[in-house]
Amino acid sequence: MKKLLPLFLLLISACTLHSQDYFPKNEGLKEENTNFMAFTNATIYVTPTEVVKNGTLLVRDGKVVASGRSVNIPANAVQIDLKGKHIYPSFIDPYTDFGVEKPKRESGQGRSPQYEPSRSGFYWNDHIMPEKAAVEKFEYDKKKAEDYRKAGFGVLNTHIMDGIARGTGVLVALNDSDDEAVRILDDASAQFFSFDKSVTSRQSYPTSLMGAMALLRQLHHDANWYEKGNVSTKDRSLEALIASRNLPSIIEAGSKDNNLRADKISDAFNLNYIIVGGGDEYELIDEIKATNARYIIPLDFPDAYDVSDPYAADYVSLQDMRAWNQAPTNPKSLADKGVTFALTTFKLKSPSEFDSKLKKAFQYGYDKTKALEALTTIPAELLGKSEELGSLKPGRYANFLITSGDIFDKETTLYENWVQGKKHILADMNQKDIRGEYSLNVGGKTYDLSVSGELASPKAEVKIGDTKYPSKMSYSDKWVSLSFTDEAGNHTYTSTAMVPESGSGFSGKVMLPGGSETGFTAVYKGPMAEKDSEEEQDHTPEVVPVTYPNVGYGYRTKPRQQNVLFKNATVWTSEDSGVLPNTDVLVKNGKIEKIGKNLSAGGATVIDATGKHLTAGIIDEHSHIAALSINEAGQNSSAEVSIEDVVDPEDVGIYRNLAGGVTSIQILHGSANPIGGRSAIIKLKWGENADELIYDDSPKFIKFALGENVKQSNWESYSRFPQTRMGVEQLYVNYFNRAKDYDAKKKSGQPYRYDEEMEVLAEILNGERFISCHSYVQSEINMLMKVAESFGFRVNTFTHILEGYKVADKMAEHGVGGSTFSDWWAYKFEVNDAIPYNAAIMASQGVTVAINSDDGEMSRRLNQEAAKSVKYGGMSEEEAWKLVTINPAKLLHLDDRTGSIKEGKDADLVLWNDHPLSVYALAEKTMIDGTFYFDIEKDKAMRQQVQTERAKLINMMLSEKSNGGKTRAPKGKDKIHFECETIN
Amino acid sequence: MNNLKKLILAILISVGSQSFGQQTPAPEQAGPITITGATAHIGNGSVIENSVIVFEAGKITAIGGPGTATKGRVIEASGKHVYPGFIAPAKSLGLVEVNAVRASNDQDELGKYIPNIRSLIAYNAESKVVESMRPNGVLLGQITPQGGRISGTSSIVQFDAWNWEDAAVKVDDGIHLNWPNSFSRGRWWLGEERGWKPNKEYTQEQDELRMFLANAKAYGSGAGEPENQAFKASQGLFDGSKRLYISAQGEKEIIDAVTLAKEAGVKNIVLVGGYEAYKVIPFLKQHNVPVLVRHTHALPFRDDNDYDQSYKLPKLLMDAGILVGLQNADMSNFQTRNLPFYAGQVVGQGMDKEAALQLITGNTAKILGIDDMYGTLETGKSATLFISEGDALDMRTNILSSAFIDGREISLETHQTELWQRYMEKYDRQ
Repeated sequence: MKKLLPLFLLLISACTLHSQDYFPKNEGLKEENTNFMAFTNATIYVTPTEVVKNGTLLVRDGKVVASGRSVNIPANAVQIDLKGKHIYPSFIDPYTDFGVEKPKRESGQGRSPQYEPSRSGFYWNDHIMPEKAAVEKFEYDKKKAEDYRKAGFGVLNTHIMDGIARGTGVLVALNDSDDEAVRILDDASAQFFSFDKSVTSRQSYPTSLMGAMALLRQLHHDANWYEKGNVSTKDRSLEALIASRNLPSIIEAGSKDNNLRADKISDAFNLNYIIVGGGDEYELIDEIKATNARYIIPLDFPDAYDVSDPYAADYVSLQDMRAWNQAPTNPKSLADKGVTFALTTFKLKSPSEFDSKLKKAFQYGYDKTKALEALTTIPAELLGKSEELGSLKPGRYANFLITSGDIFDKETTLYENWVQGKKHILADMNQKDIRGEYSLNVGGKTYDLSVSGELASPKAEVKIGDTKYPSKMSYSDKWVSLSFTDEAGNHTYTSTAMVPESGSGFSGKVMLPGGSETGFTAVYKGPMAEKDSEEEQDHTPEVVPVTYPNVGYGYRTKPRQQNVLFKNATVWTSEDSGVLPNTDVLVKNGKIEKIGKNLSAGGATVIDATGKHLTAGIIDEHSHIAALSINEAGQNSSAEVSIEDVVDPEDVGIYRNLAGGVTSIQILHGSANPIGGRSAIIKLKWGENADELIYDDSPKFIKFALGENVKQSNWESYSRFPQTRMGVEQLYVNYFNRAKDYDAKKKSGQPYRYDEEMEVLAEILNGERFISCHSYVQSEINMLMKVAESFGFRVNTFTHILEGYKVADKMAEHGVGGSTFSDWWAYKFEVNDAIPYNAAIMASQGVTVAINSDDGEMSRRLNQEAAKSVKYGGMSEEEAWKLVTINPAKLLHLDDRTGSIKEGKDADLVLWNDHPLSVYALAEKTMIDGTFYFDIEKDKAMRQQVQTERAKLINMMLSEKSNGGKTRAPKGKDKIHFECETIN
Repeated sequence: MNNLKKLILAILISVGSQSFGQQTPAPEQAGPITITGATAHIGNGSVIENSVIVFEAGKITAIGGPGTATKGRVIEASGKHVYPGFIAPAKSLGLVEVNAVRASNDQDELGKYIPNIRSLIAYNAESKVVESMRPNGVLLGQITPQGGRISGTSSIVQFDAWNWEDAAVKVDDGIHLNWPNSFSRGRWWLGEERGWKPNKEYTQEQDELRMFLANAKAYGSGAGEPENQAFKASQGLFDGSKRLYISAQGEKEIIDAVTLAKEAGVKNIVLVGGYEAYKVIPFLKQHNVPVLVRHTHALPFRDDNDYDQSYKLPKLLMDAGILVGLQNADMSNFQTRNLPFYAGQVVGQGMDKEAALQLITGNTAKILGIDDMYGTLETGKSATLFISEGDALDMRTNILSSAFIDGREISLETHQTELWQRYMEKYDRQ
């Protein structure tokens, strides 16, 4: 064996490329094969759109020499006649982890979080590893290579799938015959990024998606600064990032919204990211198109849920059912919009699934030429390798597929997958097609034999008249064997025959049940009769329509702005004019046009509001709905993160808030750290995308937090400063001093390291950004006001502010507002003295007071929460109503736009069926900018629609199951209802 | 070490010093009291306008229209409203003071099947949280251990007492069972896939419970030697002296739970939660199972559910003829003072106001088995009632002027009203 192995290697490397010329060779003679190979008479797809019939492909030394109709075939060419066969460039998968072992997760849950990096000499964050080179870990995996080749792939781009910056990848040809020197086409083919942390480090930052985004941004700022020679220490990560600048950058975004997030970072730094999508792009197709980015798209269409237990089916959301139904339209949807994308096997359990998924996409209308491009020319282009890969033009690697016909046809057999001029046989191409109808004569009986299915693995059916006999057939090389059982006689016949090169039919010997042998003949009668299965395949499956947003209660068409006259309402103005009985309000072009009596509609839709109450839309100063993450808890300051990066327009919480009369909210960062992140202030325009929800020219806010949460008092964490209220003060002083110095340096015109965190803090010092600070006890409230005053600014809002009543006079003097709970207390030590009279007391001392929710349930009943201030503290109803309308508008610096019913303001209005402060009142219509986003009558219809559509999709999934389709166990969403303390 | 001791001491002192907020319990009713002129909301669906309510020695001796004779001290309450004291079931009031302070938490004992664990003896009659119930009209509660499969045994108390013995209205009234879920939640924080998936242990979990009940019953039929505390505590389930409160939400779980408990020989079953109870109404009626339904100020469980699913659930059940009370077991204890508003929310869904009132008075008393004395304003029953300036189910108008427990006029001051007054005084001085 020891001796045999080198011999074997010698044999298979007989035509090693010239690059290894200088290698000595001792185990034989050093000889070269400089012959050509000519593949003739084939239909050649030189590119997906350049097809040559009866063409010749000339190959030498692993490369294409010529391809086309009239190719001169040199004398020293081995010719292979491919009459009737097709040649395609083999596929390229730009996004795999082929041959690179996945890093293992660090064990050790439950320990106190780690805030510091575990490395030195690298970037400060462990999840940033641009210095990693996949080539150092790469080991060619023959078994997997074969799986990929079977699926038609010839070249894979692979990398270490771990971390936010993942380093460089390897481009490798699936050439089993040669060694790494040949098959590694590029050892730094691209650099890779994602939003997901490394499993190899427990370093806490970033804990959130918005943190990962901020980290990527800061990384590029730092690289620029480092490149200019401004850093005296060595950072191998930044150096690697700088060195890789000219490589293609591939970022795994993984969903439609994350694609947009990745694109924003890409645009900001001119990174030209190639984005690995999520397969749900069809849901936001216009936005995806507008990115102008190039994509890599997985085909992991979800399996149907097994909904045979109706109770279990309840757990599956309409959104998830739709994903099953709609996802196969994704490639078509992208192609129709003209988005440039490559396909990938990424997320599939195995490359063998690829073919069936792709065929499913064809069923849903995906164009086959586009698919071929997405597998050949486009990935080559994305990787900057069009001159070497992706087509069969001269000079390209001889990476091609030989097939029996149209590569995407169901009946087609993939015979050979050539990589770098090396043959890999998948099916015997000289095997004769024996499919057809025969009459089989054996043991004196004549049976009907039909041979169908795939050419290389045909299926047999043996019959006499209508009686079928169970049978088995196998076919390899030239030998066919057939066994069948004649149940009438309980006889099993086994037979074998060699299929002759010419002629039709075959004959051979058969073992009779008694053990004796005799001959048999299968006489060819003609081709198989066409079956209806073809029709079945061409049938386009039913796809339910996408809604805005594409979840339950989404709208089929986006609601439109309209001019409306509310007639004869009780109008709660939230202004000095108070509550106006029997009053009309005219809405025009999204604004409140006129308030008065007997207004003329002038073409506006008239709504009879007799006996009803019209108010300004409710504003929630402290909300955590409609966001994908709330806390960046990885550091004691996270001013660099922004909730605007993670607004989730699909959260049904938006719709439920609308049903409670809420029109605007501030999505605040959580309270995990003294300096939190920036807010998103949005209007609840259900059906619009994230950018549309965020206010134009939004006032700038940031969340600060005090007390037990930032001290990490209530969970096991003892390693992060601060652990006391005393430390909190010092931390603020430290950060503001640094921000002051930063700002001074910036303003002086000296070069400075752009620091997003410091930029944000400097905005606070400059009065351009406002603080909303989570606060409980009076000492800390007082402290922050003093710190702010010492730096020359004012705190804008204390949120929660449960002991605000103890320092209301000081707050009024400082000029800070209070946004509080109506009646929460006793949930932790620092809220012992929280009292429901807080709002009334603060208001009595001249503080601008709002009632907020911090809770996705309470937010939809803020009218009731405001009413509690009538009970607790005896506030007047008019003033109580302001707690959730004009007062939070003032605190958010939006009072010139919304928060009251005043001519010229945004038409953000709610029509109530009862006194708006009453527990009995229901919001009947909720309008934002003149558009109704909630209507209680439409809601009734939508409930019905949700039920109907669910029933329809459940039926479709049941029939998928009964037709043998794959299913998976039902699964319910585990939705996080964020609060301040939610770490995510 | 020394520092640590000091720290603990400091915490103890600070916690301790703030625990003396409890108002002094009221003395026994001295003489007859009559409330006149108010709208009396009886708690059984009926109303008496311009009513006369007479109570003596802690009991209502007369209630009727304007013609009814007054007796003793007369409280003129024209334009006001009188209600029976609201009853909060399935709560751990008095077992936890501050949720996040472990030292103040006595609601969840170790162990899976511990019916012998009794809430009453840990009930803190001086809790500031309990005290804060009263200004909103919540005067009685079923104090209930939490956690585990069988969490323990509850007792019913009134909210104005020196100690737990004084507070007790019905001792060891019921055993509380948390029914397993047929779906389990992926513990994503431990690296599992997030989401709800079929619970593979569901059958086994039920069997475990079935065996526990079977063993408890067998124990009761035997000599009871040696004593098994858990089995012994379960005996009331089989003789009907203790109710079994089963917390279950889903359609399947409800059917499984009631079926198993019936088969095990449990006499009185109360369903707690019942998010999908409206889907199994005939079943619940057939088995005569009342429901302490999940409170209304809650989000729907699933995205595709109606936004007002929680608002209307009590109405769906009551309209179908099921005996329904409201509980807020899954909320913090301090929220229990919002009990009247949970009921008010159902009125917005079209329920009659007096019917909504029954959800937190008469119905609850029946379900808990204290309707002989509490829950309605009827002659012979305890004078546990209050006067509100307006509609007590609406936040704006739930403003109490006086309240009585067993005829004793209790204080409506709390730690919170005292702080209010203290700081308003501070500002008045300025």
